[in-house]
Amino acid sequence: MAIVAGVNIPDNQRIEIALTSIYGVGKTSSKKIVSEVGMDPNTRVKDIQDDDLTRIRSAVERLGILVEGDLRREVQLNIRRLTDIQTFRGSRHRKGLPVRGQRTKTNARTKRGRRQTVAGKKKVAAH
Amino acid sequence: MSRSIKKGPFVDPKLMKKVSEAQKSGSREPIKTWSRASMIMPEMVGVTISVHDGRRFLPVLITENMVGHRLGEFASTRTFRSHVNKSDRTVG
Repeated sequence: MAIVAGVNIPDNQRIEIALTSIYGVGKTSSKKIVSEVGMDPNTRVKDIQDDDLTRIRSAVERLGILVEGDLRREVQLNIRRLTDIQTFRGSRHRKGLPVRGQRTKTNARTKRGRRQTVAGKKKVAAH
Repeated sequence: MSRSIKKGPFVDPKLMKKVSEAQKSGSREPIKTWSRASMIMPEMVGVTISVHDGRRFLPVLITENMVGHRLGEFASTRTFRSHVNKSDRTVG
């Protein structure tokens, strides 16, 4: 069990991959962190020495990577700003619809969630 | 793709002229514009700009954190009249 940037406890995986389970760390920043510390990206998390772990933790801070709570807060604030100044984008966030001009006649299910049937048109009987 | 930095932000020159005149004379009169694509500049803060939505001019009071957005983002071009309620629908 190793804890980096708060509560994250990746194990068994290679360090390069394990770090990506932190919110805000993808493969790119993960690679950066590993090379900053100067260790082999292929080492498994369970084989990492304690002082290497502390160096990884400090590397995350040194590289100025926003992770977990801080990042979530920043994203939330950005959305708040958009809604507060009454932009179109802000209203889309408020309505839970896609923000970047995607179609909503069909699809957009990720943003809108599971289908909800709206009682609608009766089928016209075929002649 | 985002706009080239070399060109600088886009603002309708006519609008910019009107804004700077309003700032100089301190007039509170809203400035009408059709230029929805114009970027909001720091100089516009405090001025009311009436942005055309295709039909009317919607007054927008420019505040500090609107800077960098475009005027059109504050004047929706859509009119949403709510969906017809099921019980209201005429049976035919």
